[in-house]
Amino acid sequence: MSCVFRLNRCGSLVTLLTLALLGTLGSATAQTFSAEQLSGKLVITGASTLAPLIAEIGKRFESHYPKVRVDVQTGGSSRGVADVRQGFADIGMVSRAMKAEEKDLHAFSVARDGVGVILHKENPVQALTDEQVVAIYTGKIINWKDVGGKDAPITVVNKAEGRSTLEVFLHYFKIRNTDVKAHVVIGDNEQGIKTVAGNRHAIGYVSIGTAEYDESQGVPIKLLSVGGVAASTETVRNGTFPISRPLHIVTRTPPVGLTKAFIDYAQSKAVHDIIKQQYFVPMVD
Amino acid sequence: MTSLSNNTLSRWSTDELLCWSLRGIATIAGTIVMLIVVFLIVEALPVLHHVGLLRFFTDPSWHPAEGLYNLTPMLWGTLFAMTGSVLIATPLGILSAVFCHYYAPSVLARPYRRLIELLAGVPSVVYGFWGLVVLVPLIAEIQPPGPSLLAGILILTIMILPTIALMADASLANVPQQYLRGAAALGLPRWATIRGVVFPAVRSGLFTGVILETGRAIGETMAILMVCGNVVQIPSTIFDPIRTLTANIALEMAYAIGDHRAALFVSGLVLLAMIVALVVSAEWVSRGRMYG
Amino acid sequence: MAETLSRPQNLREWLAFVLVWGAAGLVTAVFCWLLGDIVWHGIGHVSWTFLTAPPENAGRQGGIGPILASTSLILGVCLAVSLPIGIGTAVLLAEFTSDQSLFGRITRRSLDILAGVPSIVFGLFGNAFFCKMLGLGFSILSGGLTLACMVLPVLIRSTEEGFRAVPASYRLSAAALGLSRTTTLIHLLLPAAVPGLLVGLVLGVGRAIAETAALIFTSGYVDRMPESLLDSGRALSIHIFDLSMNVSGGDTNAYASALILVIMLLAINGTVSWLATYGLHRKIMTV
Repeated sequence: MSCVFRLNRCGSLVTLLTLALLGTLGSATAQTFSAEQLSGKLVITGASTLAPLIAEIGKRFESHYPKVRVDVQTGGSSRGVADVRQGFADIGMVSRAMKAEEKDLHAFSVARDGVGVILHKENPVQALTDEQVVAIYTGKIINWKDVGGKDAPITVVNKAEGRSTLEVFLHYFKIRNTDVKAHVVIGDNEQGIKTVAGNRHAIGYVSIGTAEYDESQGVPIKLLSVGGVAASTETVRNGTFPISRPLHIVTRTPPVGLTKAFIDYAQSKAVHDIIKQQYFVPMVD
Repeated sequence: MTSLSNNTLSRWSTDELLCWSLRGIATIAGTIVMLIVVFLIVEALPVLHHVGLLRFFTDPSWHPAEGLYNLTPMLWGTLFAMTGSVLIATPLGILSAVFCHYYAPSVLARPYRRLIELLAGVPSVVYGFWGLVVLVPLIAEIQPPGPSLLAGILILTIMILPTIALMADASLANVPQQYLRGAAALGLPRWATIRGVVFPAVRSGLFTGVILETGRAIGETMAILMVCGNVVQIPSTIFDPIRTLTANIALEMAYAIGDHRAALFVSGLVLLAMIVALVVSAEWVSRGRMYG
Repeated sequence: MAETLSRPQNLREWLAFVLVWGAAGLVTAVFCWLLGDIVWHGIGHVSWTFLTAPPENAGRQGGIGPILASTSLILGVCLAVSLPIGIGTAVLLAEFTSDQSLFGRITRRSLDILAGVPSIVFGLFGNAFFCKMLGLGFSILSGGLTLACMVLPVLIRSTEEGFRAVPASYRLSAAALGLSRTTTLIHLLLPAAVPGLLVGLVLGVGRAIAETAALIFTSGYVDRMPESLLDSGRALSIHIFDLSMNVSGGDTNAYASALILVIMLLAINGTVSWLATYGLHRKIMTV
């Protein structure tokens, strides 16, 4: 049954491609597709971080090509990879750098996302050196008074195993996850922010765009600078902020037709305003 | 005569038909359980194959990315959270139902029942959200870090309360009026009637309610994930954070690949084994008498 | 009456009174706190446009129109499948199976086990079975069917309790009158078992409408107005989850959506109990 579905979809893609080839005499780039020719349904699955962004891009894409349907599903980066491999989805979303065992997939980066350390707003500590962050996360410093704060035990907020923010954080600070002495383990960014906002002695790390937005909305958190560089979407954009991750969309085979058109569109300047609106950083300026 | 025998004949065949179609329908329900078990086993098989079941209980810690797969602390976490919440929710739920039937003026009973029905339908994410922004900071004031076994127990209690309360309520509604009149005629006061006459009569309903609420407590995921802290450890006080088996699956499934992913399905299997153990022991405790 | 009682018994009565009222007060207080929080933060954003407009900017702006439609469809599919199976199985377990029979015991135990399976496992199972194996893809149908599997245990077990509560004298009188079991079931037992069925329905609908983890992998995340049951559609609870946990700045709309969900549930429960009180009561009278 699923085979039939897939064949159908492939079939329609092939037809579409053939039509396009005939129509444009051999050139199959997205720009040469006219609105009437692009039609069909794209299924995109994967990282929940990317899902709102890609869904918004999909909506604008649909408005340009009324016969196209872009269905965005979430479920995590690994789900995106698995679904694309099985042919269950046309495009996968992966919110981290591609791994060595994923070389079989074709990855296209659409945006970047910085990872910054956050504290509660009332915490008097203004900056932490990299060594201090490492010492706090490995349990060598357990009280804020040792880093110039109040006399209060530190609540260490860590991310769950496998999350890409955890991976880039550990990679930058060169800590092994087995050495981390966490008091709270969280999943999504917003959970991290709410946890730190609700505990005056907590330290955590989250996506910078999200934290920046929440800070501006009056959520009692503050972003710390890392390695002397202030944490903001601006420093992530100009490349000076050291901790960041790429956000990818992936396909199993080299993209053609509708898939290619969508990927080209998602990488184009036309969507930079959407990327900023969702608090991520566009790849190129 | 012919018509009568025809009638009898058709009557019996209708009954037979009904019985067999009902059996068919019930088989579907059983099949779903089988399918889910098979699904879990198939997904967990790769890691069971080259790691073995034993290591899920003897490894030093849970760090699947580094090949360490100890599930024991999460098993305890699930057990503690479940036991705590069932112990609080069961009396509260039963008393709530008793309140509706025997204590509340009828003006209060109806809205109160509607209120509990609503509690049953609040999404777990709302409970979790509320727990995260209201309950956890409160607990953090008493004893940091805040997200803890206690927060989990309290949230779970609110979530499973409607199940036991509504089951108990429906059971109480079915206590025959003669029982109550008999008790009243004997001059038994209210609570004595409830304890001596009503509770024994509704044993089966209460028991089913407890089983269902326990199931819900074990299976709850999203709210628990938000308030429990999710640190893999055996808690020494109720203020320590814990991770349950369900939270483990939800927290890590999104980014897990290969053995890590399969290990999460082993969490699911362990959870299932736990439920089976519970159901079997409940059966043993009741020894079939509950359904008499 | 009280004067004839001995003192300790009097004390016990008094204690029970305090306990029962205390429990009810506690539950009400917690509930009001929780609901007050939702209403307080959400009421300002609820309007007619919020109910009908599609979400914009990942749900931070705009409304929940398509999401309400998807939610209703998913719930509809779930009930259309689970009600017949649920009532059928409950009837079989309560009326046609002896308590000691192997078949009855295995089915009942299977259901108890099913009740404890975490929703995320249902989600992954639904994704593998309905979406992939049966080829339904991410669709409202897959979501509804997965939910149906999930609500079956609570539906069956409480309906079964409803049937068990019907006095044996009903069945004996019916048998004495020569009524077939089918007739007895439809005209006598079913109406009498309605309270149990209602509890099952209320708990089942509550569980279904509140479900997040099982739906994210099956009915999906697409917030477009669904055109058929094979389209993917985002449920209200997933919308709330996404807004509160994944989309920064979505909290206010999350609260408003939660408020709508509670109101929707209130309406469903109200209708169900109204139907039961008036509709089925009339049916018993006209047998």
